[in-house]
Amino acid sequence: MNQLIEAVELLLTPETWTGATGMGARLLQHLQYTGLAVALAALIALPIGLAVGHSGVGRGPAVMITGVVRALPTLGLITLVALFAGLGLTAPMVALVILAVPSILAGAYSGVGSVDAPVVDAASAQGMSTWQVLWKVEVPLGLPIIIGGLRLAVLQVVATATLAAYVGSGGLGAPLFLGLRTYDYPLLLAASLVVIVLAITLEVVFALVQRVLRRALRGTS
Amino acid sequence: MIEFRHVAKTYPDGTTAVEDFSLTVPSHTATVLLGSSGCGKTTLLRMVNRMVDPSSGQVLIDDEDLASVPPVALRRRIGYVMQNSGLLPHRRVIDNIATVPRLNGVSKREAHSRAHELMELVGLDAALASRYPGQLSGGQQQRVGVARGLASDPNILLMDEPFGAVDPLVRMELQRELRRIQTEVEKTIMFVTHDIDEALALGDQIVVLKTGGEVAQVGTAQEIVEAPADDFVAQFLGVDSGRRSLQTVPRPGGGHTVVDGGGRPVGVLEDPPEGSSEPRG
Ligand SMILES: Nc1ncnc2c1ncn2[C@@H]1O[C@H](COP(=O)(O)OP(=O)(O)OP(=O)(O)O)[C@@H](O)[C@H]1O
Ligand SMILES: [Mg+2]
Repeated sequence: MNQLIEAVELLLTPETWTGATGMGARLLQHLQYTGLAVALAALIALPIGLAVGHSGVGRGPAVMITGVVRALPTLGLITLVALFAGLGLTAPMVALVILAVPSILAGAYSGVGSVDAPVVDAASAQGMSTWQVLWKVEVPLGLPIIIGGLRLAVLQVVATATLAAYVGSGGLGAPLFLGLRTYDYPLLLAASLVVIVLAITLEVVFALVQRVLRRALRGTS
Repeated sequence: MIEFRHVAKTYPDGTTAVEDFSLTVPSHTATVLLGSSGCGKTTLLRMVNRMVDPSSGQVLIDDEDLASVPPVALRRRIGYVMQNSGLLPHRRVIDNIATVPRLNGVSKREAHSRAHELMELVGLDAALASRYPGQLSGGQQQRVGVARGLASDPNILLMDEPFGAVDPLVRMELQRELRRIQTEVEKTIMFVTHDIDEALALGDQIVVLKTGGEVAQVGTAQEIVEAPADDFVAQFLGVDSGRRSLQTVPRPGGGHTVVDGGGRPVGVLEDPPEGSSEPRG
């Protein structure tokens, strides 16, 4: 309990946050890692997921790959990639992208696939091209589920990005591992708290976005 | 002119919806496909805008085989009112109506003002313009569907049971409106229904279909009523139930009541006013 109070006190001290290795810089790095990993994963998973959802082709393999990739242990993956890529950001980034892909992929194909077949039929019957059906009908109607996939990915990545420090990169994992190694438990706790608050904040933001979207689509039923 | 030449359709699951169907739909007239549920009406209609491609045979518009016409462009120049309204749930009524003109590159402003006119034409309150389809009744949705089909002022209009969910009064009004549009601007209309009265009211040419898209009879309303080709058509008309054999019985207050073969009153016959020889019903 004492250590928790110390951790909170530490967080309330302005000096904790300043400097190149301060909590502020670590938080920023952490966000950058998360953003980069999710963006890269989205770049891979969204086109594939949208294509699979739209055409229905490759749905089986997509579901299977999603399951298999989800089962990969992240720490093992980081270690493995680090053996080839060495210390630094590459290994954790590869692992984080791999971690994020399944959720985004699943969100994209289920989102597009969730749109009622008669609605899609009606859209093409009125003369929409395949692209127009995708962008003007399937993506907007599937958006809450697509965003749900991104939300899940961000959540997983933001928690797991602490492991970047395990192979010598920054992020909130750096003070966390430092605290662990030097028995500085208040520091460890403080870093964990920041990760938790960050995760909750992102979660709330996404929940709000999804809610707004659902409301904008309230005519749907 | 739309021409069906020995078309057949077997769906991928093995259902044969149409076996061998041939028909000429003259330009600037209304042709009604009449038949009971599952006889292939929707399948035939959707061949005209290539939502369904025939398994064999050809469909031609003005002598052009549709097999070689790109479907997207084709659909944008054919009005299609779908059986279940087929509105886009995430677009407001006004935007749903404006769909095809927008796809054809008409400005939003112009498309919306046209859409407002059409709402009035089909009897939709202007206040409904910014609602979403999910917030409308079934009959209102159908009327939005009709307005959307008319929006780009297409030469060919495909209508699949467009008035099924509207109440009889509005239905008759819409039929009248359609008739008016048809005589005024002379569109080529293909109209699907399983309601014989609607078919008689709207069709210049009526095609009675049996299962598998088999043609039981083609003719004008008069030809079909006066001389049903076979028992199937007669049954459809309600001849055996006496629905079409009308008689008059004198009315106590003067004039006559018209009754059908079963003795059910269907209307009154008034004595023609002076100087007119036209009977009224
Ligand atoms: N996509 C499809 N796949 C398989 N079978 C189909 C498909 N669409 C229609 N059918 C079948 O083809 C036959 C004709 O269907 P169609 O929709 O053309 O009938 P319809 O005359 O329009 O009927 P209704 O009056 O009920 O709308 C039916 O037996 C139907 O089950
Ligand atoms: Mg039908």
